[in-house]
Amino acid sequence: MSKSKIGIVIEREYLERVKKKSFIFTTLLMPLLMLLLMALPALLMTFVDKSETTVLVVDNSHKIDTRLKSTDEVRFIPVPDITLDSALRRDDASAVLMIPDNVFDSRRPSLKLYTSEPSSMITESAVTSQINKIIEDERLRHYDIADLDKIMAEVESNVALSTLRIDDEEEEEAISSGLSYAIGIGMSFVLYMFLLIYGQMVMTSIIEEKGNRVLEVVVTSVKPAQLMMGKILGVALVAVTQMVLWGVLLAAMSAYLLPALLPAEAMADIAAVQAGNLDAVGDVESIEVIQALASLSQVGNIVSLVGLMTIFLVLGFLMYSSIFAAVGSAVDNIQDASQLTSFAVFPIIFGLIFAMVAAADPTGPVAFWASIFPLTSPMVMVARIPFGIPSWEIWLSLGLLVIGFLGSVWMAGKIYRVGIFMYGKKPSVKEIIRWIRY
Amino acid sequence: MDILQVENVSKAYASHLALDDVSLSVPEGQVYGLLGPNGAGKTTLIRIINHITAPDSGIVMFDGHRMTQDDVEMIGYLPEERGLYKKMKVGEQAVFFARLKGLSKADAVRELRRWFERFDILGWWDKKVEELSKGMAQKVQFIVTVLHRPKLLIFDEPFSGFDPINANLLKEEILKLRDEGSTIIFSTHNMNSVEEICDNITLINKSRNILSGNVEELRRRFFADRYDLTFAGDGRLLMERLLPFAGEFKILDPDSRGRSRISFHVTEGSKPDAVRRVLAEANDAVNVVGFGESIASMNDIFIRAVEEDSANR
Repeated sequence: MSKSKIGIVIEREYLERVKKKSFIFTTLLMPLLMLLLMALPALLMTFVDKSETTVLVVDNSHKIDTRLKSTDEVRFIPVPDITLDSALRRDDASAVLMIPDNVFDSRRPSLKLYTSEPSSMITESAVTSQINKIIEDERLRHYDIADLDKIMAEVESNVALSTLRIDDEEEEEAISSGLSYAIGIGMSFVLYMFLLIYGQMVMTSIIEEKGNRVLEVVVTSVKPAQLMMGKILGVALVAVTQMVLWGVLLAAMSAYLLPALLPAEAMADIAAVQAGNLDAVGDVESIEVIQALASLSQVGNIVSLVGLMTIFLVLGFLMYSSIFAAVGSAVDNIQDASQLTSFAVFPIIFGLIFAMVAAADPTGPVAFWASIFPLTSPMVMVARIPFGIPSWEIWLSLGLLVIGFLGSVWMAGKIYRVGIFMYGKKPSVKEIIRWIRY
Repeated sequence: MDILQVENVSKAYASHLALDDVSLSVPEGQVYGLLGPNGAGKTTLIRIINHITAPDSGIVMFDGHRMTQDDVEMIGYLPEERGLYKKMKVGEQAVFFARLKGLSKADAVRELRRWFERFDILGWWDKKVEELSKGMAQKVQFIVTVLHRPKLLIFDEPFSGFDPINANLLKEEILKLRDEGSTIIFSTHNMNSVEEICDNITLINKSRNILSGNVEELRRRFFADRYDLTFAGDGRLLMERLLPFAGEFKILDPDSRGRSRISFHVTEGSKPDAVRRVLAEANDAVNVVGFGESIASMNDIFIRAVEEDSANR
């Protein structure tokens, strides 16, 4: 009987919120925005790469200019027998590279790049790496080694660092610590926002219910505590719905939208990284970005992260929203609530701060203890999870969180039962503590 | 058979005594008035009956046994300040409340439609509560309260905000509910409506029960040995004729002129004779239109009882 009544309350709380236009709107648009934000750097990168810098090469020794190879980024145009001044005056190039005659003899040959615009890192590294190689080759040749070309081809190395983490299932996952950091911080920030926004949603709706005396109407058919739990669970379901929808939308978008958005070349690289084959990735510099995109477009990854995050969200929400509910029941209007809400708001903010510490040093003592302590654990733990932490820590944290949530619900129920029928003067903290002892 | 018995209930809050040894019995199938000035303790008593708060001492019996939480579900309560979700549609909201009170969704919709039709508000089904006028919202609230046919109904100021037509409609519905077997506790400051619909009352003042009883009896007892005579004709002539017998009765406010009614109080011991004599003299002098025992208004009773009680404390 009473079970089904909680069900009716949950149903109302849930449907009332989910049917709102604002809910539908934010639920559909946020993932798009998030994805755009995440993909933006990579997108910009690919656009930047496209723009080509033309470099005039003034090399009077003619030992280098003919061997410079134009790439996607930099086009080299040898301009023999010309003075620097006249080269600079030509307007078909954005830079002039001046190679001194003694380039092979000097220990530190000094080359000069004159540009009319700020030179890019890409141009500079293209120039130095190519010229270094040419000089090295030339010097090696002086030793008259037989089969030099063959040896060189065999010796050549192109290192890219890919951090492979071995987790409990002995599976290898390619995730760089930079990416873990970003995902961890991102998840705790999302959790932080969920706890604050949905927690306060519970509070304001209880204040409203108290104000319009709905409670007195239903009190003959439902117990106050049932009404409170029904509301908390209903709003929790809304939060989970939003979280799951976001997860699904993100996964779907990264599976279908990302390939469409990114150039084919980048997609090939991503596929290569996902297959664990870094050799295939053309450009060493962009490997971090490619890795990030690779793990983003791995649907399985997103699902497991969102799953764990949802569990922490639900438990953390149940704990915090009952504090918000207790505050809401104790006051008559939202202005009176501000002081009391600090009991819920401060720990949540501290949780986010500790989460940042934890993401920077995921195995340190601060990270460990803050991710175990129930009031901060939701935010801090999700910040650590992407780095891969022992599962017993996750279990311990979840266990303590459950205890914390049961404790706060019990306490909130006591406060709510008394507070919801008290009108008038704002109660002091001392009075509220007395209500718990009733 | 009393459906509800409140026995020696006391309740103290931190700063004041809300109820002081209050007892009352509500007979089944009646409309029972719960009266009292603002802050007398009526709401506290209702809350104790509804199990919102517990009494410090004393017990509440329901239907012959100690009242439990399960019994509370047999109560329909219409609080003074109306409680509806403002942003929710009327129909949806009514169904929600009905389901909380144990009706299935289908039953709730069917019953509600019937009631909405009867109250002529079916057109409001899909409107939001905030769009409703106060009276409309109250109709909805009333329907929600009585929909699940509770054994005991508690109405706190049900008529406030209603125009006379709708107030009458509501009054008829309340009496109909009573006739169908529900017991109604009716808390109000409107003494006219008490006279119209209450069978018994309890008057609470400053946390104590100062007056309980049947409405008709109370009204008669309050003006014991007092009679009203209504007539057409010369009032002064009547006064002159009555003057010689002034020792046997006392005419109340003898000075007023152009009257068509006199009230007189018969002194103890001379009752049958005095009444007969007045009637005889009046028949001679004027044209008697009406004659009978004076009946006090609940308003008089309320004011006198409260003032006397307050003066004695």
